[in-house]
Amino acid sequence: MSAPAISSHGDAMSGTVFGLLGSPNAGKTTLFNALTGLRARVGNYPGVTVERREASLDLGGTSATLIDLPGTYGLEPISADEEVVRDVLAGDVEGVTRPDALLVVADACSLSRTLPFIGEALHLGRPVCLVLSMLDELAARGGAIDLPRLEDALGIPVVGVIGHRGRGLDRLRSLLSESADWATPAILPPTDRADRAAWAESIGDHVIEAPPDRHSLTARVDRVVLHPLWGSLLFAAVMVTFFQLIFSAAGPAMDWIDATIGSGAAWLRATMPEGWLVDLLADGLIAGVGSVVIFLPQIVILFSLLSLLEGLGYMARAAFLIDRLMGRIGLEGRAFVALISSWACAVPGIMATRTIPSPRDRLVTILVAPLMTCSARLPVYALLISAFVPERTVWGPIGLQGLVLLALYVGGTGAALGVAALFKKTLVQGDGLPFAMELPTYRWPTLRVWSSQVLESAGMFLRRAGTIILTASLVLWVLLTFPKVEAPAGLDETAAAAWSLEHSAAGRLGHAIEPALAPLGFDWKIGVGLIASLAAREILVATLAQIYATGAEEDVGSLREALRADRWPDGRPVFDAATVGALLVFFVFALQCTSTLAIMRRETNSWRWPAFAFGYLFALAYGASFVTHRVIDALV
Amino acid sequence: MNSAQPDAPNRMTLDRIERGGVVRVLDVEGDDPIARRLDDLGLRAGARVEVIRRAPMGDPTVFELHGYQLCLRRSESARVQVSPTMSPEPGLV
Repeated sequence: MSAPAISSHGDAMSGTVFGLLGSPNAGKTTLFNALTGLRARVGNYPGVTVERREASLDLGGTSATLIDLPGTYGLEPISADEEVVRDVLAGDVEGVTRPDALLVVADACSLSRTLPFIGEALHLGRPVCLVLSMLDELAARGGAIDLPRLEDALGIPVVGVIGHRGRGLDRLRSLLSESADWATPAILPPTDRADRAAWAESIGDHVIEAPPDRHSLTARVDRVVLHPLWGSLLFAAVMVTFFQLIFSAAGPAMDWIDATIGSGAAWLRATMPEGWLVDLLADGLIAGVGSVVIFLPQIVILFSLLSLLEGLGYMARAAFLIDRLMGRIGLEGRAFVALISSWACAVPGIMATRTIPSPRDRLVTILVAPLMTCSARLPVYALLISAFVPERTVWGPIGLQGLVLLALYVGGTGAALGVAALFKKTLVQGDGLPFAMELPTYRWPTLRVWSSQVLESAGMFLRRAGTIILTASLVLWVLLTFPKVEAPAGLDETAAAAWSLEHSAAGRLGHAIEPALAPLGFDWKIGVGLIASLAAREILVATLAQIYATGAEEDVGSLREALRADRWPDGRPVFDAATVGALLVFFVFALQCTSTLAIMRRETNSWRWPAFAFGYLFALAYGASFVTHRVIDALV
Repeated sequence: MNSAQPDAPNRMTLDRIERGGVVRVLDVEGDDPIARRLDDLGLRAGARVEVIRRAPMGDPTVFELHGYQLCLRRSESARVQVSPTMSPEPGLV
């Protein structure tokens, strides 16, 4: 897939193109949704991780296009990624039409801050209209702005809106349909920063009749929510609930999807004649679709919670509370939630990095998210630990098996934090963006904004990552199925399945890579398992069950026995302590997950970063497994 | 951006103002991207800033200015020169 050229979607940008400019919390997205409904086309700008949103606008007969530009506090870019705004405005971005006119959105409560920005926008040489948002909050806080005076002072049209209630939108729409007639200032504001600040101050004094008081509800709630003790406790409770909901509440829905996929495949097998076509449909296609859809419950739950917390205003508070700790590894508070989510699954975790404004921090978080111990590793850990770690108590109720599992979690998480710190110091140094975060006033999120964010994320996952995941699982199915070699007569069904897997392309590949895996103590069967588990880590268990011909996946007991009994030709056990340790460590680090690679591709807009992540995590996994194997070998 | 302010005895940096303190911004040190961004965020000469609270581990800090609340780390707030007393509109004509 090339960079998603939105303008090639069929309904190309048409009519007047409006650019929506404003700071991150000015209410730009609310206004965008209110004006365009749910018709946004979402993608990335070529080469950067900055989200791109645009939609067509119906202006009563004529059509127009609205581009939601990335939120920015000023027009002088201070990082490579902020140059996107400048480049779009200059018409230098391929596939994006240069905006004909600009809507500058400003929070009415902080107008005095934004006036210099408006002054900058007036120099862009295009008609500008100022949209003042959050007039309801301004009034509630006892503030007042003289809009006609502001219009006179700036020399451009000014519209007050209450985006989430739709107030002021009719006036705005009618203004949009006649953008050629917008008033333009007779004299442009000064370009020098200090002079522009003085210009802004004089306008502010002239039009702000009463500055808003502090939002009293926000002040009262923050006394608890940001309290050193109560705030920290609430933070811990929110994060534990958040993780718990993604980790376990998605379970029933995922089981249901699993069962539906299974019965769909069974129905096909019952109705169609035997042959490779039914194999392709049942085991390849339906299972592949299942491996995409299975992520939806977690993604929907994650984004429901994220949008709710963000809409309420809690996310910024959570980031404020944890920022000091995250700062130690070179990241900031807002990366915390993405890392927590990755404990459940790296796919929603990587999607959650969208709340991190600094593109560099976001990239580092994406690169280390696969190290957080996700739930797909649990079946692998459970099999190996239950088969090979003695069920011994170490101290009180604490058993050896539990300690090993804990060590694997701590190892993965510690590695994620360590690698993040390393990357921030070397590979992806800071982009010079200061940590500056607004604490918005508390407000109830509207159902419309909330649901559109959830639907947009789920839809984007299906469209952009789903196709890659489906393709990858089909390719893996082909490797594990073909070429078909007839099993010798007399083998029962499970033995025949083991035979055909050994003679498939993946089986041969497993044999071929055995020498490379030998230093880790892995044989070809583990090699086949590693290849198959690229689709999803937990598939290792099912693949080993098929190779060892222990039949049903549910029957883990007999698989355990088969693993314990397996011997090298010289009689040594295949799964000795060193190999089991090395295999566990391999799974701590390796990026054995095409879905994660697909979502990385989607979120970073290139194959470069998923390839890099796969490479560095494989090197880390191989190295750590090798060392583990050697150390255990020497000790035992 | 250096508006030639003489070193007054009541000149301090924003990171050293206690919770509850109200100050006026005199100047932001330097003319690099961070200084420009702080200026964009409203930390410019004459702005009234109130220190609202610090995070449990002492950093970052929430400030109120221009009708909104902004959270900054010490590394950035240390670059903001302020006058801790509520003197009327310094440096602006």
